[in-house]
Order: sequence, then structure tokens, then C-alpha cells
Amino acid sequence: MMQALSQARYGIGAVVVVGVLFAVGALTTPNLTFRISYAVSFVVLAAIGLAIIFGIMGVINLAHGEFILVGAYATTLAVTKVGLPLPVAMVAGALVTAVFGLVVERVIISGYVPNWIGQRTVGRDLITPFYDRLADSMVATFGLSLIMVQGARIVFGNSIDQIGVPFGSTAGYPDYRIALVGITAGVLALVYVLFTQTLFGTRVRATMQDEQTAKALGIDTERTYMYTFAIGSGLAGFTGALFAPLLSMQPSIGDQFLVEAFVAVVVGGASVVVGTSLSGLLLGPIDALFSDEFGEFAGRIALLITAMLALRFLPGGITGLIDRVRAMREGGS
Amino acid sequence: MATESSAPAGGTSPTPIARLRNRLEGPNTIGNSRPFWIGFALVLAALVAFPILGAGTGNQFSLFLVLGLLGLSLSLVWGYTGILSFGQTVFFGVGAYTFGVVSINFPSPGGITGAIAAGTLAGAVLAALLGYFMFYGGVRDVYVTIITLVSTLVMLTFMAQTAGSEWTIGEAALGGFNGMPGMPLLTLGAEGVFTFQFVFNEYEVLVPFLGTRVFDPFYYLALALLVAAYLGLRVLVNMDFGRVLVAIREDEDRTMMFGYDVKRAKLVSFTLGGGLAGFSGVLYAARNVYIDPSVFELYFATLPVVWVSVGGRKSLLGAVSATIAVEYLRLSIGGEFALVAVGALLLLSILVLPGGVVPWTASRGIPWVRTDGIPWIRKRVRGDASSEVTES
Repeated sequence: MMQALSQARYGIGAVVVVGVLFAVGALTTPNLTFRISYAVSFVVLAAIGLAIIFGIMGVINLAHGEFILVGAYATTLAVTKVGLPLPVAMVAGALVTAVFGLVVERVIISGYVPNWIGQRTVGRDLITPFYDRLADSMVATFGLSLIMVQGARIVFGNSIDQIGVPFGSTAGYPDYRIALVGITAGVLALVYVLFTQTLFGTRVRATMQDEQTAKALGIDTERTYMYTFAIGSGLAGFTGALFAPLLSMQPSIGDQFLVEAFVAVVVGGASVVVGTSLSGLLLGPIDALFSDEFGEFAGRIALLITAMLALRFLPGGITGLIDRVRAMREGGS
Repeated sequence: MATESSAPAGGTSPTPIARLRNRLEGPNTIGNSRPFWIGFALVLAALVAFPILGAGTGNQFSLFLVLGLLGLSLSLVWGYTGILSFGQTVFFGVGAYTFGVVSINFPSPGGITGAIAAGTLAGAVLAALLGYFMFYGGVRDVYVTIITLVSTLVMLTFMAQTAGSEWTIGEAALGGFNGMPGMPLLTLGAEGVFTFQFVFNEYEVLVPFLGTRVFDPFYYLALALLVAAYLGLRVLVNMDFGRVLVAIREDEDRTMMFGYDVKRAKLVSFTLGGGLAGFSGVLYAARNVYIDPSVFELYFATLPVVWVSVGGRKSLLGAVSATIAVEYLRLSIGGEFALVAVGALLLLSILVLPGGVVPWTASRGIPWVRTDGIPWIRKRVRGDASSEVTES
């Protein structure tokens, strides 16, 4: 997977192609282009936090939608109650979610806090960490998600005041949605740089590839997991912050992201940046076209069928396909 | 000890009781001893007597019994075959809706009896279809879970938009979020031969020493069906086929290497689970005389997972008893905190007792649920409750 990230040649080519397509589309059929690129950014933003946590830690976070909820609520409340300007509030929302994710990781996923207490009271560990226990981590985070949705309902009621959509509109399409497309590209670039160009990214990739060896080489894998989870949560929160002006603020807001997020992760495969952006490029248009033509239900059915086809014909998702193509080329030459 | 080891280990046995026990007992179920069956009979007697002694509370309790079937279906699929499915409620809901559509169109006793079969079949067929595409399409492990989860959301989106009049099948309107009212009352049998109405047909019965009590036929129908399903599944999981399922749960690749058709076994188990869930949905709709899309909500889809993981997914007994206990708890807490309590219960059970309550109790050697005389089972169950320190 990481060769996929480091082989920048194809990557730059693909980015250029997408950019040119977007520019041409925006000049010829602006409305359709904006709609599709918004759908692509929706899928990418919905999935990126989940993809990081799943791809690197092997934990399926079913409370992903509720992490988005935390980000959205924190942003909205920061604007309406505290009076922060919107961009600052969005960053604050992402940070709040990251800290929240850190707490969840320490208390539930790694079991550090309960085990620390257990060691001091009954002299043994109380729970085993959830890393790579896929089914169990799903069930546990599902419990967390129930508590969070209902907790939000109890504390904040069935809805809170929404913040207005910033900017005006271009060619009948809201500017804010167009800005979201640019922000999505920025987020992807940032994640890419973080995981390929920094020392932290190298540690993360080492931990992901072979935890034992990484540990033997002196990497604190538990700390790596901890920060990874916080980053994934922070990105989920940032997604919530970005969509806070667009969606009605209900405790069930996270459900709207779940289908897209999970299908994107299934289709994308293990690689975070390449997989998520490619599956966004594939799923976004499918979702947009089917939803516009036949309604939301058809869009979701189309996503479900795409996911099943992808699982059937692309084991390992799109990144698995890329890896296989490369292996074949290298084997041939 | 002498009483506990009286069951013959195998082969043909002289008495019918021993033969029956031989079928019902095995390494895959908890409770293989005579004390267990005595306790089982006592609990059963208590459940039979409960509405008569407890004066009318049997009405609410019959709902728990119906949901017990749903819990059993997940226990078979997740606990014994290792497929974590969030989609049991899809089959449950489809069974319920099918029952509604068929029974509204054919409101005679024969038609309603047929509607029960149709609803069960609909659950099984949908599970078979979904399972076929998943298992033969190479979808495995956690991806199956994600697909079933997405199916639930897709069904919710679908049923929510069926409010229009174009969504009418014969006489029956699907009704979108308003649901489907006006189902005929559950009356079984064939016209002219024998029919009996099971819901809203309470008898005043004169019980000696207690005075007149209300007798709800549906409660006893649900109880009988739940016991039948429990015993039937016990036979199934202790058959050779059940051993294959458990082998798949423990190590799918190795089972395939041994030459078993893993995909077919998973499909059969998933289909059976879907049929059982559909049947549970039929009884749910028949009991409430109403069904709406809330059965496809994510929250409802969680409940079976909560029941089964709290009770112990590798144990049918755990699934049934936890279903009843958790539902009782949920309804008695009520209000907005019920959901928080359910979530906390799920979180705590998976953190502290990943194996579930009943297997944990069994591993403690409490006699009536003890896995009789098979030490390696006890060791394995204990090893699964991984947080525990080994002790003598």
C-alpha cells in the first residue's frame, strides 16, 4: 500500500487529470460538474476519518457518525453560544473531536485507563485492547454510538439552532459547496503529506506493516495508535464542522454519512489517501446521478450494489487492484 | 456425579429419553446435565404459570418471547457460524411486512396461516439471496457485517418513502412512516375444519384458589414456538452440520482445507437465520396488528446484537435469556435513558465479559448450566473470557 503512496509519478498525473476535468467541466456544464464534485467531496470527507482508523489500526469505528456529530455540534455551539467566527469554530470543532477521540481510545479501544485502574485495585488487566479485533471493536463502538446519540438528545434536545450557509452562489450553485471541494483537496493533500513525508507518518506506516518489528526497532506503537485514532477522530470532527452549515443539527446527523463512509472504505481498500480519493471519485458520481434521477433510495441501492461488486471483483478494494497491476508490471519487466 | 454422567456418550441407547437427550446434547451447547433439564423444566413451568399467577402481565411478556426468536436467529448466525450480521432485523421486518401484505389481501383463517408461511419464506429467501451474493461473491468477515449494516439503512430509506398510493400491493398500502395498520387478527386453521383466534381473544379462566384469571392464547403460542425453536436449534448445532458451522467460526480456512463446503454451509446457516428472523417478524406484526419502518432503524438493528453479546453469543440459552432480560430492563427503564442503558450494557459486556454472561456462569461450574464432563470445553469457554486470570 505504501508503495502506492510513494510512487508519486502516477499520483501527480491522476491529480492533474482530475483537475483538468474539473476545470473543463466547470466551464462547459458548471451545474453538473459542481454537483458531482460536491458528491465526491461528500464521500471523501465522510470516509477519511474512518479510513485512517480502519486502515491503520484495524478498528472499525461504528461511532464514526457520532464523531461527526461531535464536530458539528461543537462548531455550531461555538458560533451560536460563544460567538467565534466560523473558520475558528470549525478548527475548534475538529480539535474538540480529536480530544474526544483520544479519550475514547484511552478508555475503550486500548483499555489503558480501565487496565491502569485494574492494576492498582485488583492487580490485573480488566480488558484486552481492541486492536485488530474487528467484530468486537464494531460491537463496542456501536454501544458507544447509542450512548452518544441518545446523550446528545437528552442534553441538547431534538435539534439545535443551525448556522447560516456562508458565501453567495455561482451559476445557481452555492459557493460554499464549491469551497468544500477545494477544502477536500486540501485535506487529502495534508493527510498525504502527514503520512508520507513526516517522521510520524513513517512510524505509523511501520506500525501498520509489522507491529512486532516496529516495536523491536524502538517505536512506541501504542502511542502511535493513540495519535492515529485522535487524528482520525479529528478529521471526522472536521467533516462535521464543514457540513454544520448545510445539515439540520439533529442527534441522528451521523447516520447520513454512514452509508457513504462505509461503502467508500470497502471500495477503497487499505490505503488511506489513494483508496479514499479514488473511491470518492467512483462513488460520488454514482451517488449523485442515481439520487438525482431516481431519488435518495436509488442512490443508496446503487452504492450498496457497487460495494458488493467491488468486494466481488476487487478483493482489497481499488488499492488492491493498483497493487496487483504494479506487481504484474514489475513481474513482466 | 453419578446422576450427571448418566447420559450415554454415543451410539444407540435403550430408552427414548436418553436417545432424545443424545440428540439435544453435545459440546456446542451449554447445559448437558440432568440438573440442567430439571432446571429447564422448572423455568418452563414457571413461564407457563407466570401469566396466571402474575395477573395479566403475560401480555407484555409475549413480546419478549417473540423477540427471543430474533435473538436465537442471530445466535445461530453470529454465535455458531461466526457471521456478525446487523441485518437480522431486515429479514425480521421483511417477514413482518410480507405477513401484513398477504394477510390483508387474504383475511380468512387459511389465508392468514398462509401469510405466516409467506412471511417466514420471505425472510429466508431474502437472506438466501443476500447470502448467496455475499458468500459466493467472496465477501468475508467484517465486510459481511458492513454489507448487512448498509442493507438495514437501505431498507429504512426504501420503506420510509412508500407513503404514496402507488405503493399499494393489492389491498395493502405500505404506508411509509405511518406504517401498515389494519391487519386481520391472527386466526389459524382452515375454514370449515377448525379455526382459532390467537390475539385479542382472552379467556376468563377459573383457577382453583386464585379466582378468575385472564388466559392469553398468544402468549402460549409464542412460548411453545420459542421452546420448539430453542430445542430445534440445539439439535441442529449438535448435529454434524452444527459442528461444521462451529469449525467455520473457529477457523474458516482450515475448515475449507478439510474439504467442507464452507460457502454452502454459511449460506444454509444464514438462510435458516433469515427464516427464523422472518418468522419472529411475522409473530411481531401479528401480535401488534401493525408494522412500521422503525424496525429497520439502526437502533432496532442493534438490539439483537446487544441481547446476543450480553447473554453469550456462543450459547443459545444465553441468547434467549438475555433477550428476555434486556427487553424487560429496557421497557422498565423506559423513556430517554433506556437507550443509554442499552448502549452502556453493550459496551460493558463486550469490554468486561466478551464471552457473555451465560458461558461465563457455565465456566464457573454452576451445576445447572455446566458443560457436563467435557473438560476441554470448559477450558475453552474460560479461555474465551479472556480477561480472567486462570485459576484452579
